[in-house]
Amino acid sequence: MITHLRPALVMIVLMTVITGLAYPLAMTGLAGALFPRQAAGSIVARDGKVIGSSLIGQSFTGDTYFHGRPSATTTADPNDSSKTVAAPYNAANSSGSNLAPTSKALVDRVMEDAAKLKSENPGVQLPADLVTTSGSGLDPDITPSAAAFQAPRVARARGVPEATITALVASHTEGRLLGILGEPRVNVLALNLALDDLKK
Amino acid sequence: MTFNGWIQIALFCAIIIALTRPFGGFLMSLATGGRNFLSPVLVPLERGVYALCGIRASDEQGWVGYATAMLIFKVMGFLLAYGILRSQTFLPFNPAGQDTIAPDLAYNTAVSFLTNTNWQSYGGESTMSYASQMVALTVQNFMSAAAGIAIAMAFVRGFSRRSVKSIGNFWVDLTRVTLYALIPLCIVFTLFLVSQGVPQTLAGTIDATTLEGAKQSIAVGPVASQEAIKMLGTNGGGFFNANSAHPFENPTALVDFLQMISIFALGAALTNMFGRMVGNERQGWAIFAAMGLLFLAGVSVTYWAEASGNPILTALGVDGGMGNMEGKEVRFGIAQSVLFATVTTDASCGAVNAMIESFMPLGGMMPMINIMLGEIIFGGVGSGLYGFLLFAIVAVFVAGLMVGRTPEFLGKKIEAKEVKMTMLAILCLPLVMLGFTAVAVVIEAGTSALSASGPHGFSEALYAYVSAAGNNGSAFAGLSANTPFWNTTLGIGMMIGRFFVIIPALAIAGSMAAKKTVPPSAGTFPTDGPMFVGLAIGVILIVGGLTFFPALALGPIVEHFALAAGQTF
Repeated sequence: MITHLRPALVMIVLMTVITGLAYPLAMTGLAGALFPRQAAGSIVARDGKVIGSSLIGQSFTGDTYFHGRPSATTTADPNDSSKTVAAPYNAANSSGSNLAPTSKALVDRVMEDAAKLKSENPGVQLPADLVTTSGSGLDPDITPSAAAFQAPRVARARGVPEATITALVASHTEGRLLGILGEPRVNVLALNLALDDLKK
Repeated sequence: MTFNGWIQIALFCAIIIALTRPFGGFLMSLATGGRNFLSPVLVPLERGVYALCGIRASDEQGWVGYATAMLIFKVMGFLLAYGILRSQTFLPFNPAGQDTIAPDLAYNTAVSFLTNTNWQSYGGESTMSYASQMVALTVQNFMSAAAGIAIAMAFVRGFSRRSVKSIGNFWVDLTRVTLYALIPLCIVFTLFLVSQGVPQTLAGTIDATTLEGAKQSIAVGPVASQEAIKMLGTNGGGFFNANSAHPFENPTALVDFLQMISIFALGAALTNMFGRMVGNERQGWAIFAAMGLLFLAGVSVTYWAEASGNPILTALGVDGGMGNMEGKEVRFGIAQSVLFATVTTDASCGAVNAMIESFMPLGGMMPMINIMLGEIIFGGVGSGLYGFLLFAIVAVFVAGLMVGRTPEFLGKKIEAKEVKMTMLAILCLPLVMLGFTAVAVVIEAGTSALSASGPHGFSEALYAYVSAAGNNGSAFAGLSANTPFWNTTLGIGMMIGRFFVIIPALAIAGSMAAKKTVPPSAGTFPTDGPMFVGLAIGVILIVGGLTFFPALALGPIVEHFALAAGQTF
């Protein structure tokens, strides 16, 4: 057993240096040189100010913007740090709702959101992604049908013809990779930035 | 279920099949000390490691020596990881100023990464400094994966050698797997991940002001380098709390697809390495086929369950045709979420790109069953192969009983000692999984952490211990597992689940290596054909089914019928 002590000790130190320091630090250097934008977090800036990351969803509540999916992220309660309070799209604490399909809390939440959405666009079936939270709580995308569902509201709020909005959604819809991988989607932040540019 | 979804699943299978042979040949060159295309660059580094450690590469160990070396190495790894986690406030690379980690959480996390479980009682971005992520966790990701493959190599040598005492040298296997296989693959994969948008930076949180004027703090870090080994090493411990559902860990459908491939790649290749080392590649493909059929069954049931949507929500006017989207990301949709959940639980990875707790009752049951079967469907790197071979021993034993002959496997007689060791390894898992669950659901310290009530709450507790003992690490994540009770019991479950399988496996390898090979006769049961594939699957399902069916009936199955009746909890 003693004969194993030296190899065990030296091995853990060597491997820590190689895989715990040299590897991640070399990768950080290389990644920063080859792909600086992605390595830093795909930051989106407008007029010199950082407004977010193109990969991370953000909370939209106003009528003039397309809304992302509901988000289940939380933050520490400012009044009692042992508790948490809802904080949608908190990108410092990703999480899903983890509600069961038979959860009463899930059904109540969907019922409430569904009522709001139905009043906004009556008579249309609700896209599932608009009433369900994502796994990360930071989903940057919505489905094309969720965008189409919101287009009339955004058009009304902005006083723009609905056709203009629909065309903008179409041009921001990304298909499956090679027609196979993933699902069609619309990046909400990119779409809303394009909406703001429309005004100008 | 969509046609396109099935095309993605078929494409996934095709790529895994295509990679199995080339990767298998490469792994064999590592196991047998052969040269490969990386040798000119890496041999000097390899020799340097041996010189510093004071190892002679030609000195081989018997099974006791091999197991002792592995255990002592694990103790060292535990002390280092625990020490770093406990002192991260005083270490560099902590731009967010993360606090010291409590003893029970540090113990749970160190054990979790050491055993290749990567259960996360913590939220990555809100708990761990960059030093902890890199020096404590990434190192163990590499080492637990390399040790798993090393043990599989030693186990296979038990069958490929005859009349010898030794099954290899742990230090050599560990070093060669790390230097030649894991690090080069991770370098390539890391750069690919960054190109697709996975961050790799030592800078602190990004402070943004959103379009609507709110503040948003966006956690970043050296994500890609950890993500690569998390997948290839079937570790599964995410940099972020949301794991591979987080857009920074898994930004596109292409990344997602390659993450799934990288989970299976080495585990599948090991079946081929096994076949080549025992001198019959068909034997490897027979194992691959048994695993592949179980995989297809699992993914089909899960896909069916998730694609049909939640009937309670459909009744509220939600489009059921889009499937059950709670806890899933739009860019992956149903098909890739289901495939990922199946792959991650077939292998002992435990990374998730969707929240399994929010899956439909039967959709969440399938991942649980995959783990309960012992994670032998390709499985964790190394552990999948030796886990499957343990079932193969039971299968030939059963076949031997049926015809009244001493069972043989690959020309080696299977005798009482091997069967006892196999049953020890196979039975300790349900003991831990069901035993701890039974305790946790009746005492306050257990139930107070459950987020769901009714049958789903039971599933939450069951999944936790199944995942821990199976060294998987995925979760019904509503569980608030960061309490002394859960951290302690889950940590014990992880250790039993790892070492009470590895040590009997190595003992079998040792006793097999010492045996002579019997030439096949007319009465030998061929283990490289469809009969063996069917028998192995049968044994796996009967052992798994009989052991776990009552527990599943109390959890997901009763929840399924409650859901159909429209009942909520």
